[in-house]
Amino acid sequence: MGILRKRGGAGWSAPDEFVAGNGLLHRRALLGRGLMLAGAAGVSAASGATGAAAEPLQNAEWSMHQGTTVEATGRRSKFEKDTVRILSNPKGEPRTQHARTPHHRLSGSITPSHLHFTILHNGIPDIDPEQHKLVIHGMVKQPMVFTMDKLMRYPMVTRQTFVECGGNSSLMFSNEPIQKDLQYLHGLVSNSEWTGVLLSTLLDEVGVDPKAVWMLPEGADTPLLTRSVPLKKAWDDAILVLYQNGERLMAEQGYPVRLLLPGWEGNMNTKYVRRIKITDQPAMSYYEARNYSPILPDYTAYKFYFVNEVKSFITSPSFGQSLKDPGYYEISGVAYSGTGRIERVMVSADGGKSWADAAVQGPTMHKAFTRFHIPWRWDGSPATLTSRAIDDGGNIQPLRADFVKERGQTLKPATNMMGFYSQHYNSLTSWGINAKGEIAHVYA
Amino acid sequence: MSMPKVISLAALLLAGAGAMALAADDGKNGLGARPGLGQPITEADVKPWDITILPDGTNLPPGSGTAAVGAKVFVDKGCNQCHGDGGKGGKNAALVTDEKLQGQGIEANKTIKDFWAYSTTLYDYIRRAMPWPTPHTLSDEDTYNLVAYILAENKLIDANAVMDAKTLPQVKMPNHDNFIVKFPDRI
Repeated sequence: MGILRKRGGAGWSAPDEFVAGNGLLHRRALLGRGLMLAGAAGVSAASGATGAAAEPLQNAEWSMHQGTTVEATGRRSKFEKDTVRILSNPKGEPRTQHARTPHHRLSGSITPSHLHFTILHNGIPDIDPEQHKLVIHGMVKQPMVFTMDKLMRYPMVTRQTFVECGGNSSLMFSNEPIQKDLQYLHGLVSNSEWTGVLLSTLLDEVGVDPKAVWMLPEGADTPLLTRSVPLKKAWDDAILVLYQNGERLMAEQGYPVRLLLPGWEGNMNTKYVRRIKITDQPAMSYYEARNYSPILPDYTAYKFYFVNEVKSFITSPSFGQSLKDPGYYEISGVAYSGTGRIERVMVSADGGKSWADAAVQGPTMHKAFTRFHIPWRWDGSPATLTSRAIDDGGNIQPLRADFVKERGQTLKPATNMMGFYSQHYNSLTSWGINAKGEIAHVYA
Repeated sequence: MSMPKVISLAALLLAGAGAMALAADDGKNGLGARPGLGQPITEADVKPWDITILPDGTNLPPGSGTAAVGAKVFVDKGCNQCHGDGGKGGKNAALVTDEKLQGQGIEANKTIKDFWAYSTTLYDYIRRAMPWPTPHTLSDEDTYNLVAYILAENKLIDANAVMDAKTLPQVKMPNHDNFIVKFPDRI
């Protein structure tokens, strides 16, 4: 697929191994000898710049006295105060509230719990775990009720998985690229380590009727949010989650217990779950019959989309940042797939004319964020950065032209930056960099 | 692609763990007997929570409603404060509108009249979540009246039609047949 392979000698005389257009370097340069070479070049450049201009090293003010007192829960550096979520409804007016993850300020693969995205339709319920109950009934041999203290005694599993709102990346459906950072473009996806009880363990205990096909989980929040979920998913990998990143679930994530359906649209991962009814038909509840049924260009609509398909985006460099000088940069981003494990991520610096394989950070996990990196030497001329992921089922992120052909785009540019124009966008995200190092969101 | 690797790794683990691990692996995470910590409950006891209405009308409660009464409930319960007079739209969505899907693009408003596929969704959602500031305060009868009012104002039923457990599921929604299941193999 047009990967330029310019394999130079491995010696000191060949510091850069370009593998695709516009300065993409072999991912090998991130490891071992390649890194040493890049480091050596850096040292010689730096030593040329030191001398009279450099300030003498001295003890800073914070090295001169006792620091602040340690608190019962840790706090971030005050210099990171801008790493926060943007809110759609900060006064808690009687409508949905969204908080979006600032991917352009994060790295690694775990989203810190307090920066995990959340959507609450009518505020956060303050649920007492001693009073909360989970009922499983319907097409079962024996309906059962589980209290939280009993549920906490069940065998648990731990896994990482992303949760993504079906409406994440909605602005990407705009017919013109929206000039906003990743928080607006892709802020409704996050990745955590979750711990809880496999739902199949409890289904075994109530005895599911073989004729049942669906389950209808329902939350204890004020709108008693409910969705219809195929039982197949319940038996496959559904978890009743009790812990997030090692501590009990955040209140806004469904404390004391939520349903986790790895890889499936966020709204189905019922928070505050209090009841699961087993049935032979779906309920066609509001959120599946209306909200998460995307309209197609011919005015039919998809229903039961469920899966968040393979996707990736570059977090650095990205909109809101800028490149100060030509030279070495690392391009980095996240990739994930609701159907499996990330197998490969390709990056282009010339808008898709040529591609190079990025280094994929292991261990890669099913239905979880996978970070990728690739070294890049920017020569100061315009460049267009984009990434394209492939999962272990061979699913590849569709090119924008192909995606829009099937799924459509808006007739007019999106105007509501928190709006939902359609759902389940998994095509490419591209950043156009001009000669000044300024970054724009572009369609490539 | 990575399948052979997975299989061989699993085989290696099994071989290494030996016969004891195999004996303990009863399909329950190797953790042996079921915890069995749930308390049996009867469907009658679940009734107060068992509110989900299915498209065939399953679980619709006794009672009935009409548009004439619904118009009054709509004001008494404050529905007009968010959805506007006559449900024609206010700070929240219009419930009654002639706006079409056609020509509005993928971002078209998903109106009750031109998009919703099931009349039962209306009953389920109103009783479950409305009114937004004071949920779970509508009686079953209130809900039938409101559903009749919204359907009649949208000209989906006659102005005098009575909505109950039998008639509601039979209301024909114009967009009913325009949905495609995206991934049938996952159901």
